[in-house]
Amino acid sequence: MMSSKEARSLKMLHLTTGRVGCLLSKQVVVALTSSGARMSSHGHHEVSDSVDMSQPMYWDRLDTPLPDRPWKDVLDSTDKSLKQKEKGPWTALSKEEKIALYRLKFNHTYPEMKRPSHEWKTVIGGMFIVFGITGLVVLWQCHYVYPPQPHTFGEEWQAKQVQRMLDMQINPIEGFSAQWDYKNKQWK
Amino acid sequence: MSLAKPAMRGLLGKRLRFHLPIAFALSLVAAAAFKYGVTEPRKQAYADFYKQYDTTKEFNNMREAGVFESVRPTGK
Repeated sequence: MMSSKEARSLKMLHLTTGRVGCLLSKQVVVALTSSGARMSSHGHHEVSDSVDMSQPMYWDRLDTPLPDRPWKDVLDSTDKSLKQKEKGPWTALSKEEKIALYRLKFNHTYPEMKRPSHEWKTVIGGMFIVFGITGLVVLWQCHYVYPPQPHTFGEEWQAKQVQRMLDMQINPIEGFSAQWDYKNKQWK
Repeated sequence: MSLAKPAMRGLLGKRLRFHLPIAFALSLVAAAAFKYGVTEPRKQAYADFYKQYDTTKEFNNMREAGVFESVRPTGK
């Protein structure tokens, strides 16, 4: 079942990142792992972040909408009576009851899953920091690593090179020599 | 709270019927623009250049400037 495997791999990914405490995935970790208060409603008796992978899992994913199990496993008496009422005609359910049933089955709605985050600021900031460090490295290397420039880069040599190109009439129609006024010996 | 049923079929066809004529038209416009903006002026520029081109005169100019190895400048 590809959906469970994907969900399991995603869960494993943010388990490891939870341990590393990566700044970027912090929101992902918070969103997807269970907090202490919510753990009790699931009936899992884990203290740390370890999850029993042999049991059906819940996930909030945009691309796989229906998880293997509902959000709330362990129902108290009010929830149980609501579930009983759900077995009857649904037109008998009030709007609040329908919403309560939805919230029993799912953790986040699609808009809640899609809510924007501040992650982009971290990304852009990290990018600029790396650019800065790279710039410093390049500066150091320009000073300490590069050999002296070839003699053909000098001013005199470059001027003689330009004159030779004009004498040869390099690209006389649309290119280099086309910009040179041969009569008045100047650039057009 | 009853919404209209969304379109379930013919989505690709609808998209193609909309986008393909536009794509063809834009491609033709791009090709025509390049032809009449770039290639025709370029052909004209080359034609005009070579209408006024005196081969021998230019050769002698280049020879005097010293760019050839097969013929030295006159004198020496």
